[in-house]
Amino acid sequence: MSATRKILARHADKLRLQPGAFIEATVDLVLSNDVTAPIAIKEFERYGSENIFDPDKVVIVLDHFTPNRDIASAEQCAMVRSFARRCGIKHFYDCGEVGIEHVLLPEEGLIEPGSVVIGGDSHTCTYGALGAFATGVGSTDVAAAMATGKIWLRTPEAILVKVTGKFRPWASGKDLILYLIGKIGVDGATYRSLEFTGDGLKGLSVEGRLTVANMVVEAGAKNGLFPVDDLTVRYLASVGIGASESSIEPDEYGYSGEVDIDLGDIEPQVALPSLPSNAVSVGEAPDVRLDQVVIGSCTNGRIEDLRVAARVLKGKKAAAGVRLIIIPGSPRVYRGAMEEGLFDIFLDAGAVISPPTCGPCLGGHMGVLAAGEKAISTTNRNFAGRMGHMESEVYLSNPAVAAASAVNGSITEPGEVV
Amino acid sequence: MSASGGLIEGNAHILGDHIDTDAIIPATRLVSHDPVELGGHLLEGYDPDFASRIKEGDIIVAGENFGSGSSREHAPLAIKGAGVACVIATSFARIFFRNAVNVGLPILESPEVAEVTEEGDRLRIDLAAGKVENLTTRASFSVEPYPEFMRRIIDAGGLIDYLKKGQGSE
Repeated sequence: MSATRKILARHADKLRLQPGAFIEATVDLVLSNDVTAPIAIKEFERYGSENIFDPDKVVIVLDHFTPNRDIASAEQCAMVRSFARRCGIKHFYDCGEVGIEHVLLPEEGLIEPGSVVIGGDSHTCTYGALGAFATGVGSTDVAAAMATGKIWLRTPEAILVKVTGKFRPWASGKDLILYLIGKIGVDGATYRSLEFTGDGLKGLSVEGRLTVANMVVEAGAKNGLFPVDDLTVRYLASVGIGASESSIEPDEYGYSGEVDIDLGDIEPQVALPSLPSNAVSVGEAPDVRLDQVVIGSCTNGRIEDLRVAARVLKGKKAAAGVRLIIIPGSPRVYRGAMEEGLFDIFLDAGAVISPPTCGPCLGGHMGVLAAGEKAISTTNRNFAGRMGHMESEVYLSNPAVAAASAVNGSITEPGEVV
Repeated sequence: MSASGGLIEGNAHILGDHIDTDAIIPATRLVSHDPVELGGHLLEGYDPDFASRIKEGDIIVAGENFGSGSSREHAPLAIKGAGVACVIATSFARIFFRNAVNVGLPILESPEVAEVTEEGDRLRIDLAAGKVENLTTRASFSVEPYPEFMRRIIDAGGLIDYLKKGQGSE
């Protein structure tokens, strides 16, 4: 069986699971946010349940349109806040405790390997980096899981991604996942698991794995999964979770497909508008004039991401006419970046530093694009209109490429400015 | 009449491949969960006049990977709220598929129907029999019925109503 099916079998009280089988699985964590919680709460109340199955297994993060964008989002947050208080939800994150949910939850020690995590947010798949089965669902699923502690799932087939070799200079997890999506397409893994294995993972940090797992949904996958190795065990220990190593092995009965990737083949990537699968090497990207650069998000808003951006920006300024927006992904990342002196580098470069929020990634606030504007962004989606006006354009890249592009005002290889 | 057992008849509105949830209902509209209000903005990220062309009972016919992107349940709610009775696509993104089942929006996967249907064709859909008739061209297609488990959820009117009827513990 695939490693995903082993986790699901344990949560459905079965010894074996065949792909395609419908199961009812117990959930270890149920996540939602200020956009998806309101419908979930409405449906939860319609179900008529008095209590949440376990208030300590429910997490709500007000991260999308916060600090409150407008009156309508303020009303939504107020409704969610009052529900959280009424139900005694311990893991409720508001104001100064808010991080972008998928940056925040691993840091808070809420994600355990082998657990089942569902979230009313498509990027819930991020937690597969830590060996959890984690998948995005809708608000009604969140409501049902809050009431019953269970979720219906169709057992997925799995694709094995074998990673070998070492990264080239300035390439990182973002480039691996953009390259993979470019190879298999935006529906290349629909309904299936993407399970990562191979020697190449030794050179991929836990933060890099979180970036990779974050974007498996951009290939249509149900979940992504990484082995729990010494790097994972050390990371988990640092957030207070004891874990032992587990591997993902090729298994002739487990996988419906295999993709081989040599990291040495991957130049830093840029996904051109308006699909994440439009990935090209940065050197092949068109010469477009940029209006905005965004460094942050649940994909690339971690401390390693800000460090690499600072390495490129040190002593330099964003080009005239380029709005550089930097969004640390959590209070811990924010404080760390401040204490390490990264904020000085960013401010000297002419950047604005935002509080942790999803904000511009989904065209919410804190950096919405006008008609005809172009941005390079370390976020995860470049759909038409994703960051603002339908006629604006988003190019996706890693933080080093985004930072170098801010300096030149056009899509640039980091080596050119450092 | 159950949602998966009824007859649906309406005009087809054709969409392309990879229609994402940002196109179906842009994030900036996610401050409402009223289906009718959301429906007024249906597909405004794709074609600002789309919602005004929909008549009650109409059918969306789309290409590959319909509903890709975010998990927003506002997307199937907007489709329902605009009066669309069914979505037929070559294929669906998985979270959209779940959400449609969970909110009781009938959806059908049929590459054949998606390939030959044209804008404005009159379609009649028999969900229980798994049959789609194009009344304009007189062509007829059979489609894969829902798995039994999903059919029960759709028949109940969505996941919460299914659970309320106590069927979730079966």
